[in-house]
Amino acid sequence: MKRKHSKSGLWFIFPSFVHLSIFVLFPIVFALFLSLHRWDVLKPDKPWVGLANYIVLFHDPLFWNAMGNSLYYVALSVPLGMIVALGVALLVQQNTRGMQALRAIYYLPAVSSTVAISMVWTFIYLPDHGMIDWMLRSMGMHQWAHTDWLEDPFWAMPALIFMSIWTGLGPRMILYLAGLTGIPNALYEAAEIDGAGYWATFRHITLPLLLPTTFFILVTSSIGALQIFTPIYMMTKGGPMWKTDVVGYHIYTEAWRQFHMGMASAQSYVLFLVILVITVIQFKMVSKGLEEYSLQ
Amino acid sequence: MKQHKPNRFYWIISIFKLLMVLVIALFTFAPFLWMLIASLHPSHGSPPTPSHLMPKIWHWDNYRTVLTMDSVPFIRFFLNSLLVTFFVVICQLLLCSLAGYGFARLSFPGRDWLFVLFLASMMIPGQVTVIPLFLLVRSFGWLNTYWALIVPGISSAFGIFLMRQFFMTLPKDLDDAARIDGCNDFAIYWRVSMPLARPALATLGIFAFISTWTDFFWPLLATTTTNMRTLEVGLSLFKDSFGNTNWPLQMAASVLVLLPVIIIFLLAQRYLIQGIALTGLKG
Repeated sequence: MKRKHSKSGLWFIFPSFVHLSIFVLFPIVFALFLSLHRWDVLKPDKPWVGLANYIVLFHDPLFWNAMGNSLYYVALSVPLGMIVALGVALLVQQNTRGMQALRAIYYLPAVSSTVAISMVWTFIYLPDHGMIDWMLRSMGMHQWAHTDWLEDPFWAMPALIFMSIWTGLGPRMILYLAGLTGIPNALYEAAEIDGAGYWATFRHITLPLLLPTTFFILVTSSIGALQIFTPIYMMTKGGPMWKTDVVGYHIYTEAWRQFHMGMASAQSYVLFLVILVITVIQFKMVSKGLEEYSLQ
Repeated sequence: MKQHKPNRFYWIISIFKLLMVLVIALFTFAPFLWMLIASLHPSHGSPPTPSHLMPKIWHWDNYRTVLTMDSVPFIRFFLNSLLVTFFVVICQLLLCSLAGYGFARLSFPGRDWLFVLFLASMMIPGQVTVIPLFLLVRSFGWLNTYWALIVPGISSAFGIFLMRQFFMTLPKDLDDAARIDGCNDFAIYWRVSMPLARPALATLGIFAFISTWTDFFWPLLATTTTNMRTLEVGLSLFKDSFGNTNWPLQMAASVLVLLPVIIIFLLAQRYLIQGIALTGLKG
């Protein structure tokens, strides 16, 4: 029984469409409008300034410092997090009860409140009393002892990246596990008949066939990492010396500390553009890789 | 990945793998454990440190202190979070399943174009929309009300996508049979498809619960007075009032905030993991 177009489908979509229009689509357009004004919440006149906000921010060293910090954060936290997650996924892929319990533990940080997580990691990173300090001292690495990890201009960002590997492990591992179950067993059997060892099998079968999964994780993690806000707000407030002032936090301070809503909107549009460019580059890289293995 | 041939290295490799897995589990779990132990240390004096791991006396009274603080009313925060999350989850289950069903099972003019619009909206960074959203909500007079916390979250493109992916897997014959019996589109959705969609609804429910319950940025901006804060923002106020002091009380508060989510997660993790597979793979 075939049905032609019916209008009733529109009624199913209607409530969500109205919601999307008011709370997502309209704000996107309104943000562009804001970015072309000097929109100070506290001042009554909000004059049109054309592209002035964009011109100012292109010459603003603090904004580009924030963009640089974000890129540094993404460039380390995403690849490191993915390598760890793939390693863990390979270790726990057997579907036994014990492994399922372990997967739940690995996933725990991802569902936990970011504020609570940030508080416990601030505690862990304390100089002298912190857990990291204690571990380094018990391993005899006394030259590292008493480091105030979150107050040190060099170490603050690596400390946040280390924490992000911990929080991001679970979801990435689950996605890799799903990707691993999608690889046909026949391929591994064929490789074994051909006498391929563990590394050859990993390099020529597992890794290339996981490429679509890797791409998906790479893109979604990068987009998420470029917008990180809560750990910065809770742990470093962008300090020390603006070394952890990432774009997500910088936009917040511009909008809610300085009340420059127009300028903050311009910055958010530049962030959007950067996310778009990075996604396109990643897409190009992956489709090249897929062609190499003629998987398309 | 592959079945290992039993050889003389098999046991060594297995034991090594097991050790690795346990070390990583310890690495994942240690911060939670340390949070719990530190919360039982005496709340005055120097901060707890791992070299004196266990407290001499377990200070469960830290929890009472946290729950009865006047400046940070945790019970109120908890009730705010509960109310907001409850309405957001109910609305998302209804609106996302409706739209997901429409996109998966019904054909109407502009359907594919609309679906792409919803999908594309997921790629817009929150930073772009949050400033206009704040100004919009303020112009409605909703700032510092439950409306501001609930209404922007009542539908989500992610939820619609998840429900659509699920409804696509149901056999079309069911719809046709019901239609022959005289059901209209809405009756098929409500009486035939929704009862079958319980696992997908559970998945969406748990996702919506966790993302709303642990949301920080929006409630931070949308509320201004202490008694309207959610648990997540309330906990950050707690941190602000102590700074880098009184860690046992800070950790006790963190445990209290984490406990409900962890319990829900452990009860429902099956659905969460199904959902990731459904949207991550078939997307």
